[in-house]
Parts: sequence; C-alpha cells; structure tokens
Amino acid sequence: MSSPVFERTYRWLDERLTLEDLLAHAKEKAVPQHRYSFCYFFGGATLFFLMLQVMTGILLLLYYKPTAEAAFESVRFIVTEVSFGWLIRSIHSWSANLMVLSAFLHMATVFFMRAYRKPRELTWWTGAVLLLLSMGFGFSGYLLPWNELAFFATRVGTDMAGKIPLVGGYLLEFLRGGEDVTGATLTRFFGFHVAVLPMITTAFLALHVILIQRQGMSVPASVKGEAGARRGMPFFPNFFLRELMGWGIALAVLAALASLFPWELGEKADAFAPAPAGIKPEWYFLFMFQTLKMLPATLFGVEGELLGLIFFSLAGLLWFFLPVLDRSTEERRSPLVTWIGIGALVFIAVMTVLGYVMP
Amino acid sequence: MIRLLVILAAVLIASPGWAQNNCVDCHRELEDETLTPAAAAFAEDVHAKAGLTCASCHGGDPAANVEDGDYSRAMDPAKGYIGVPERSAIPGMCGRCHSDASYMHRFDPNIAVDQLAQYRTSVHGQKLAEGDAKVAECASCHRAHGILPVKDPRAPVYPTQIPETCGGCHAKAEYMSAYGIPTTQLEEYRDSVHGEALFGRGDLGAPTCNSCHGNHGAAPPGIDTVSRVCGSCHAIQRDLFANSPHQEAFQSMELPECEACHDNHATAKPDDVMVGATEGAICLDCHTEGDDGLQVAASIRERIEALKSALGRSHELVERAGRAGMEVSDAEVALIDANQSLVEARNLVHSFATGPVEDKVKEGLAITKNAEEMGAAALEELDFRRIGLAISLAFILIMVLGLYLKIRQLEGSGEGGP
Repeated sequence: MSSPVFERTYRWLDERLTLEDLLAHAKEKAVPQHRYSFCYFFGGATLFFLMLQVMTGILLLLYYKPTAEAAFESVRFIVTEVSFGWLIRSIHSWSANLMVLSAFLHMATVFFMRAYRKPRELTWWTGAVLLLLSMGFGFSGYLLPWNELAFFATRVGTDMAGKIPLVGGYLLEFLRGGEDVTGATLTRFFGFHVAVLPMITTAFLALHVILIQRQGMSVPASVKGEAGARRGMPFFPNFFLRELMGWGIALAVLAALASLFPWELGEKADAFAPAPAGIKPEWYFLFMFQTLKMLPATLFGVEGELLGLIFFSLAGLLWFFLPVLDRSTEERRSPLVTWIGIGALVFIAVMTVLGYVMP
Repeated sequence: MIRLLVILAAVLIASPGWAQNNCVDCHRELEDETLTPAAAAFAEDVHAKAGLTCASCHGGDPAANVEDGDYSRAMDPAKGYIGVPERSAIPGMCGRCHSDASYMHRFDPNIAVDQLAQYRTSVHGQKLAEGDAKVAECASCHRAHGILPVKDPRAPVYPTQIPETCGGCHAKAEYMSAYGIPTTQLEEYRDSVHGEALFGRGDLGAPTCNSCHGNHGAAPPGIDTVSRVCGSCHAIQRDLFANSPHQEAFQSMELPECEACHDNHATAKPDDVMVGATEGAICLDCHTEGDDGLQVAASIRERIEALKSALGRSHELVERAGRAGMEVSDAEVALIDANQSLVEARNLVHSFATGPVEDKVKEGLAITKNAEEMGAAALEELDFRRIGLAISLAFILIMVLGLYLKIRQLEGSGEGGP
C-alpha cells in the first residue's frame, strides 16, 4: 500500500479527482448493528453473483453462436470441447439462479424491514426494476442453448404475454420476432440478454448503489434502540471483510453445485416435435405458471388465464408502488403490510411446491 | 329421443337418395327382427351415402305409391324385385357394380375393381361355386347393411378388426369341423409378435390375416410361396435366405421356409437362443451334434453374444457417466450405431454363414469400443472435476478462514472495531 508507485499514482489521481472526499466517505461509512444486520449481506451477495454472470457470460460469448442452426451445437461444443467450458457454462447457469434467489431475498428483507419508506422510495423502485431485469435475464438466457425444454417453455411464456389485453398481440410479435418461436426469437433474445438488459441494468445498478451510499442503510423501527446503543460497524474494512467471507462461501457453494450437478444441455429444439410432457418454466416463474394452470377455463364469464394475468399485474403494481401506498410511519405502525407480505410469500411457496409436485 | 327423431327425419328428407326410398320408411316401422335393423343400419351405409337405395341390390320400386297398403307395387318382380338374395348370388350381385370400372370410377378413380375376379380364385369363392353355402362371401366380412368404408375404424375390415372378423368363422371349431383345418389361428395370432404390434401398440402396419392370405383372393400360402409372403415386409431376410444353403435343403425336405423356424400364426419375437447348439436352439430340430451346420450355428451365436456383452458393458459405462451429469451424447449416438450393427448381425443369421455375421459383429465391436472409451474418458473427467473441486474448496476455505482471522485480529485489537 505504501509503495512509491502506488503513492505517486494516488497523488496523481488525487490532484485531478480530489479523492480525499471519497476516502473520507468510505472511512465514515458504517453499517448499523442489530439482530437483523445479516440482512445487509444479501445486496452484496446479489452483486457478487452478477459480477460472476458478467465474467462467465463474456467467456461464453467467445464461442456461442446465436442462430437456430448453430446455438445448440455451439453450447455443446462449449461443454464438451472447450477447456473448462463445462465449468463456465455451469457456473453461469447456477449463478444466474442464485442471483435471482439472492435478489429476491434482498427484496424480501427490505420489504419486511420497511426500508422502502421515505426517503428510500427511489432505492426501492430502482431495486424493483433490477429484480424484474434479473428475471428478464433469466427468461431470455433460458432460450439461448436452444434446447427442447427452453424452446417450449419460451413458447408457453410468450403465449402468456400474448394474452395481455390490447397490447398482447404486439408484445407477442415483438418478443418472438414473428408469429411463433423461431430462430428470429433466439436472435432477439440474445440481443436482449447481452446488450439491452446489461445496458439498462448498469444504469439502474449505478443509481441503486449511489442512492444507498447517499442515504446509508435503513434501520428497522423495532431495533432502533438496539442499533442506537451499539456503534455502527465500519464498512471498511470490517463489514467489507465479512462480505468477502460471504462471497467466499457463496463461491464454494457455487463451485460444488457447478461441478457435482453440471447444468444439463438436453435435446436440441425441434419446432415440429410434439411438446414434451411436464414443460415447466424456471423456478422463479413457476408460481405464476402454476396459478394460471390451476385457474378454471372461465371465471365470472372471463377467461381464467386473463383474470390470473390481471391479478398478477395488479399485485405487481401494488408491490412496485408500495412506498407511496404504505401510509404507516415509524410512529404510526401498521401490521397490514407485513401480513400481506407473509401471505404473498406463503402463496408463492405453496404454488412453487405445487408446480413441482403436480403433473 | 323426439329431438333425435326430428334430426333423423330432417337428414332423411335432405338426402336426395333417401327422398324416394319408401322401403326404409316402411321397414323401419315394422317390428320385425330381420327387416327393421337392416333398414336402420342402411342409414350409415357407404352405399346410402353415395345415393344408392335398397332397390339397387334388391330391385323393386322404392318410389311406388303404397299408401293404400298394397306393397306388392314396390316389391314387384316385374320391376326386378328379388327379395333376399341367395348367398351364392351375392358375389355376382356386388360385382355387378364393383367389377364395372367405368361405373366405380365415378365414386373413386383409384378404386380396385378386381374383387370378384380375385374372390373366384379364393378358397371361399371356389367352395361357394361348388355349392357350399357356409363359406364367406362379400357380406360375411363387409356386412349386408350398414357397410362402412374400409378406412372406418368401426368397419369389420379395418386392420384392427380383421382378426376378429376372420375368427368369426375360423376360430369356431364346430363351424369349421367339416373343413379339417385348425381353429387356433386367432388365439395364436393374438399372442404373436404381429398380434402384439396390432392390438398392443395399435400399429396398423402390422400384418393381419389378409396381409399373408390375401383378402378377396384369400388362400393359404403354399410351401414355395411362404418366403415371398413374409418377404414382402422382411425383404432383407428373404434375400439372405434365398442365397443361403438352407434354400435348397428346405425345398428338398419340403419344409416351409420362414415358418419352419418362426411358426406362422404364432410367430414369436425372435430370440438369440433360437440360434446355436445349446438348449432352445431351433437348429437342433434338424442338425445333430458335430455336423457342419451346427458348428456354423454355434459360431454365429458366439459372435452375436460377444457383441451383445460388449454393448451391455459399454452401455452401462456410458449410462453411469450420463447419470453423473457428464455430457455423453456422442457416446450415446455411437451406442445407437453399435446397436444397429447388432440388429444387422441378427438379420445376417439368415445367411446361415459365419462370415457375414462376423464382419458385422467386428464393425459393431469397433463402434462399441469407441463408445466405451468415450464413457471411460467422461468418468475420468468426472474424477478430475471432483479432485479439482476439492482443491478449489480447500483454497476457498483457507481464504475464508484467513478473512475470519483477520476480522478477529482487527476487532480483538480494537482497531476499527464496532
């Protein structure tokens, strides 16, 4: 740290960028300490998985070919011929799932700690967009190996988008690049996955992180006393080292999953083959898929699936605009939001389990 | 019920063929066990749908006014009325139209018109001509009224219905007693590889009675023609057999070719046990211990068993690697190729010579070896991955432990501690 080269470089940069301010902020930055402090790690874990996604994604790009004719073969080439290609692809797939899981847990902890309330509405909204973007990454990336399961799951998934009133038809054609899932769909999903979504994600992520730095971490009202009684943990190096420890453990879990349960490649997609039995989307879409599947064909004279989509759209809007809808404050507490959150979690859990159990 | 009758009436009135068919109107009303069902069944008959009436076969005048109760005007012999035709007259009666190419082509330009000519060559046709009224004529298989197109799954001549239709007479011991032929064919067919394909899997390509015996020209294939009948589907085996030493030997011994080993109606799924010099081998029926033929049979069997066993080992290895999550699709494709070699080697048994079987087995063994090597390489790679994982985990855990100790050191010394 104290080598002359480092010092000279630092001085050179400091003269131009006034790094002192930044360093002072980093030195002062502290993480509140209370019994729910562990929740602060989920955001960092999500970031860690995202960094892995970017790194492994770039490596996959070196060999992947985004056409219906060559996509499956190129992924097969990656996992069979390219040195450690199997590991890179497996880490990319596992890490994607762990990232969505970690982002969801991060959102849930923020929800239950009511950390979305004033002044952190913008942080919630940027986070919500990032969660939706990560699901978009999952949906678009799922199709890229161009295997049978992905092909039919994408057909079902885009079909649902097509059911949305008024704009459904246009949306379906926009997503598929035509009437059906074809090579055109693959090419545009590839474009979304490696260009459009990363660009938007970078912007929202930067905003999300800047907002957190600007506003500091929220402390739940129930532990305000506890947090006030204890000195905050310095972000550098104490919290950062703990975060690194967490990342190390996450990396170990990821390495074990990727090596012991390499992500399957399946059979090449064939548009003319009958849909295989038991087509299911990725686990994070399963609760919606299962709900729509269980709804009767018509309900109150309206198509069941359409009602389901309206329900999920409304629930999504409520979730997104929670910071302005939840009128409770630290002084005027209301358990309603907590109970709604618990209800939503139970519903998601039950529907996901049913999605796996039911044929 | 009333609704059904109204619909039926509407259909009858709307159909030009029915508008003039008084026969049906009256015969449906009669509570007669023979007349009423026949009139009712005619509604679905392919002939009714083509615009024909009862008079087309029975003669008479279906448009005659019989309101005064004098039905003789409709059933007037002067107008060609023949009543119920004699059984011996039925083929000729049907053939009046069905053998007339220019008439039949109005309905279907590709329809066959040789049924009557074929029927006359059949055992049924010949016996009918001799005055045997028990044998099958057109209506025995196609029904008299309510005749359905051959492609209709409900038709008694639809592939899946044919065994039961033929068995309707041929499986009845008492009915067939005068002819001195077995009546176990239906039962045997049901359990055969062909019957299993037809009834079990619904495979309409599977042979039924008429595939081997013909339909209108039905006759048992002779000893000389059996291989041609079986060979119409099993062409490779037929050609191999025709060029094998067995061809001449079977002819001199007057043995039916395929049937001698595979049976006829009870054709079982072939088994490797059938070939060789050990118990269960059919070769032992003619060959004796130590003769050249039995040695060839034993050597063919030995080679097939060698390929089977190599294939089994290789399959197990590749499957193990696949279960462990390794990508082994190339090895699986090789196994499919090797299995194809086994199928072809089994077919080559019909050459009754060691050489062709040996060549095919060698080809199969080479592919199997390749698949086995790919499977073994996948398992080796799996071990490499596990060792790599263990080493990586050790490094990661050392790093995590180092971080933990650093945090303890930091917070223990009070520097930057919370």
